[in-house]
Amino acid sequence: MISGSSDTSYRKQSVVGRRMFILSAAKLVVFGGIIAQLFSLQINQNKKYLTLSDKNRLREWKLPPIRGDFQDFFGNTIAGNLKVYQLHVIPEQVENFNSLIIRVKDILDLDQKTFNKIIKKKNTQKPWETLIISENLSWDQFVKINFYLHELSGVKPVLSVARSYPYNENYTHLLGYVAQASQKDLTNNDEIKKKHVPGLRVGKIGLERSLENDLIGMNGVQRYEVNAYGKRINQIDHIEGQKGKSVRLTVDTKIQQKCNELLNDRAGSISVMDIYTGDILAMHSSPSFDPNLFLYGISYENWEAIRNNPKKPLINRSITGLYPPGSTIKPIVALSALENNVISPNFKVNCSGKIEMYGQTYNCWKKKGHGVVNLRDALKVSCDTFFYEMSRRLGVDRLNETAKKFGLGNKVFNNIFNEEKAGLVPSTEWKKNALGRGWVLGETLITGIGQGYIQTTPLQLCLMTAQLANGGFRINPKLIINKDDLSFEDIKSRMSKNLEKKIQGPDFDDALLDLGISPSEDDNLYSPLFRNQENVKFVLEAMFASTNEVRGTSYSSRIEDKKYQFAGKTGTSQVKRITEAQRELDLDISQIPYEDRDHALYIAFGPYKNPRYAMSIFIEHGGSGGSTAAPMAKKLFKVVIDRHEEREKFKQKNINFVA
Amino acid sequence: MFQETALSGQITFFQKLRSLDYILLFCLLTLGLISSLSMYSTEGGEILYHTKSHVIRFIVFFSMMLIFSFVNIKLWHSVGYIFYFVVLCLLIWASLYGVKASGSQRWVDLYFINLQPSELMKVAIIMCFAKFYHRTQIHSVNSFKNIIIPMVVLIVPILLVVSQPDLGTSILIGLSGLVVLWLSGVNAKYFIYSSLVLLISLPFVISFLKPYQKLRILTFFNPDRDPLGAGYQIIQSKIAVGSGGLSGKGFLKGTQSYLDFLPEKHTDFIFTLFSEEHGFIGSVSLLFLYAIIIYRTAKIGASARSFFGKLFCYGFASSIFIYVTVNMSMVLGLLPIVGSPLPIMSYGGSSMLATMIGFSVVMSTKIYQKQIIA
Repeated sequence: MISGSSDTSYRKQSVVGRRMFILSAAKLVVFGGIIAQLFSLQINQNKKYLTLSDKNRLREWKLPPIRGDFQDFFGNTIAGNLKVYQLHVIPEQVENFNSLIIRVKDILDLDQKTFNKIIKKKNTQKPWETLIISENLSWDQFVKINFYLHELSGVKPVLSVARSYPYNENYTHLLGYVAQASQKDLTNNDEIKKKHVPGLRVGKIGLERSLENDLIGMNGVQRYEVNAYGKRINQIDHIEGQKGKSVRLTVDTKIQQKCNELLNDRAGSISVMDIYTGDILAMHSSPSFDPNLFLYGISYENWEAIRNNPKKPLINRSITGLYPPGSTIKPIVALSALENNVISPNFKVNCSGKIEMYGQTYNCWKKKGHGVVNLRDALKVSCDTFFYEMSRRLGVDRLNETAKKFGLGNKVFNNIFNEEKAGLVPSTEWKKNALGRGWVLGETLITGIGQGYIQTTPLQLCLMTAQLANGGFRINPKLIINKDDLSFEDIKSRMSKNLEKKIQGPDFDDALLDLGISPSEDDNLYSPLFRNQENVKFVLEAMFASTNEVRGTSYSSRIEDKKYQFAGKTGTSQVKRITEAQRELDLDISQIPYEDRDHALYIAFGPYKNPRYAMSIFIEHGGSGGSTAAPMAKKLFKVVIDRHEEREKFKQKNINFVA
Repeated sequence: MFQETALSGQITFFQKLRSLDYILLFCLLTLGLISSLSMYSTEGGEILYHTKSHVIRFIVFFSMMLIFSFVNIKLWHSVGYIFYFVVLCLLIWASLYGVKASGSQRWVDLYFINLQPSELMKVAIIMCFAKFYHRTQIHSVNSFKNIIIPMVVLIVPILLVVSQPDLGTSILIGLSGLVVLWLSGVNAKYFIYSSLVLLISLPFVISFLKPYQKLRILTFFNPDRDPLGAGYQIIQSKIAVGSGGLSGKGFLKGTQSYLDFLPEKHTDFIFTLFSEEHGFIGSVSLLFLYAIIIYRTAKIGASARSFFGKLFCYGFASSIFIYVTVNMSMVLGLLPIVGSPLPIMSYGGSSMLATMIGFSVVMSTKIYQKQIIA
């Protein structure tokens, strides 16, 4: 039994030993498999999983970028960033949010509407996200909050920045304004999409909008480690943002303010331009509004007030307002006639107050008539009869050519303002294409006095005046100062060089082309727009007469001091066709309903001896140009010329100063 | 026979002390230290509840293991069945009056400790089988009676544990039992037949599974199916391990676990945390430590004269291997997620107690390796 038992025992031992051996081999293989998987995860795919782990644990918080400033010519900030006091709270860190918020409501004296808005906002965001209770605490509120801070645990008064427009309504249309980025802003501009953070303000209109990508700046970034529930644990990294580019403009705040003051809430626009450099010294549209209102979301009352104002403050009249230019077109009509040798300066017309043509009566503004007038007199007294006859001889197509050359019917800027309008200078071809009807000769006559189809913006008239006043050279109107801008002296020498080239022979450009050199766009700039400069000089002299000689339409607004003396041309454009009966009545302006009153226009340049600046003044339904617009020019020229000295001094001191 | 017993009686205490397996003890202590440090890391570098109680349990159970090591192997042999029945009764007790937690009824409230009998069953089944086959003659191992009895002994506790429900532990009990059956010479064809039967009955088994268990199996095959739901654990665990790289993120610097991306990091996923912090080198070292423990345990079995001791050591070594394999494969995405702790590393008193009881028997086998049990 013992031997048997030991035999079975031996067999048992050998079976168990053999099977354990097999098992051990299997174990080695399995452990090898585990090591292989570890190797695959930790060595081969380490990069992938490290990225995934970082993606898990790191969250980036973009900070709002700080927007670049706008400066005027003298470096004064006209749109900047203001330090504001905000009140933040992270609901998660507050023990009893409801009682806290009610306490804050009492202290800040918030109205129920604002309070409900805060509660609504709180419910839409995560409890660890910062809730902005107030974006802009007044100093009083800030002080009060700080006083009670010990009983408001969880509430944080924070110093932040917000856009501010220190000159309020003065630059509204030029600069535009910023407001919270909308879904449309995000889809239309990738730069905004890239840099968007909740509450980001972006340009909605004007330069703020068109220069958005320069102004917006770079986001600061805070990188936090978060846990599985998305709660911030600690800050890993902080990258400073970059302030957006500051933009220096050509405008002079003193002049801009003067324009605002002159317009004094009347619907209208004033533009002032350097006739050589094209610098726009002022461009104001009235009535205006305070863009600061839009910063934190405009209140319903304010918005309704702006929207329902019959004078339409939201419209930038300087570049989007299209009006018949009236008699301010006459210098161009005269120039066109001279250039095309339609008449000589001695050509005379007898004005009897009206003229019968093609079976219709065309009236001169002066019922009694001007008598026998030549071209100079016709411009001076703005005789419509003369211009009917001259236009008839000139024809609309030749007028169209000259007017377009001098800047009418084209946008003044290249894509700075989305809303800018090109206006319209009619031609026979235009009418056929646009209206499908043939040109009627009578339409040529009224185009010649700036009525009918022709429509211009106030800034176009300013550019036209500038390009006449500088002797007839193309200039580059601009608002933004760049490093490589040509100086006044450079531009003058270019103009004289281009004039010389023209005198040498009209085939000069063709000769260049033959040599394989194409005259570039830049060569086109500062090149003459005339055939014979004498014609331009003649027109300018006639404009001088219009302002500075007895019987001139703006004689009463003249300045005799040579330093300020200017030349100009009045314009009174009809809004409505005037019937014979009305003409007979000859109503006083106050007796006509506002929307039927004439627009008052005035274009001018000066100082006459050595012209440097041009301006256009437009008063919507302002009555006659001579009585309403021209007196403003008189006041404005004083300021513009005085500021010229400041401008020159500043230029001397700050050569190549760019913001 | 009398002589032999007398001979064993002559072993002095110092001889016993000398014959302890110090390499194994050293490895267990090292593992205890690593596990305590890992527990410390799960609590973000603070000594909190889990760390404290884990350290205390380790010290208490390890000391208990040392003391029980001196218990004669014969005594272990004689209580083999009793231990099994006691644990079985506790299992029944648990399913009747047990403490419920997170949807399952696994614990027995013993006033000083909440015991999880299913964990103890993992050792008890080995002990029971070792005793059973100690007596069984090799030629009768495959007799009908000797196949049926162990099957019943194995299936009853498994059914009880499955009904708790605790799929993970029941699988581990089953695997531990089967390994002992295999070692003791049960014909290979039974294993083949039963696997075939299991394979065929798999659809029926699956239909009995709880929805969350089905989901886990589906998720295992495609974790990206539901990355924030059922696949979350596998994906986050793999991210943690994978991001550890060669040398790991450093002690207490495992971002995945520290930032709560890891589920159940104290228990089933403790290896993930360890692997994230100590990388490939650390993980392989830990695996190597387990390999040594398994090897030393098996070696003790090899030199044991008693069949009970030998079978127990082989069985227990294989069980440890199975626990480690199942747990690691699970957190590395090689197996579906089933609740299975990593021996000694994972937080849990019953598991630690069971493991330490096992090592007591192993040590006792070592000390009394020349002892023959009648």
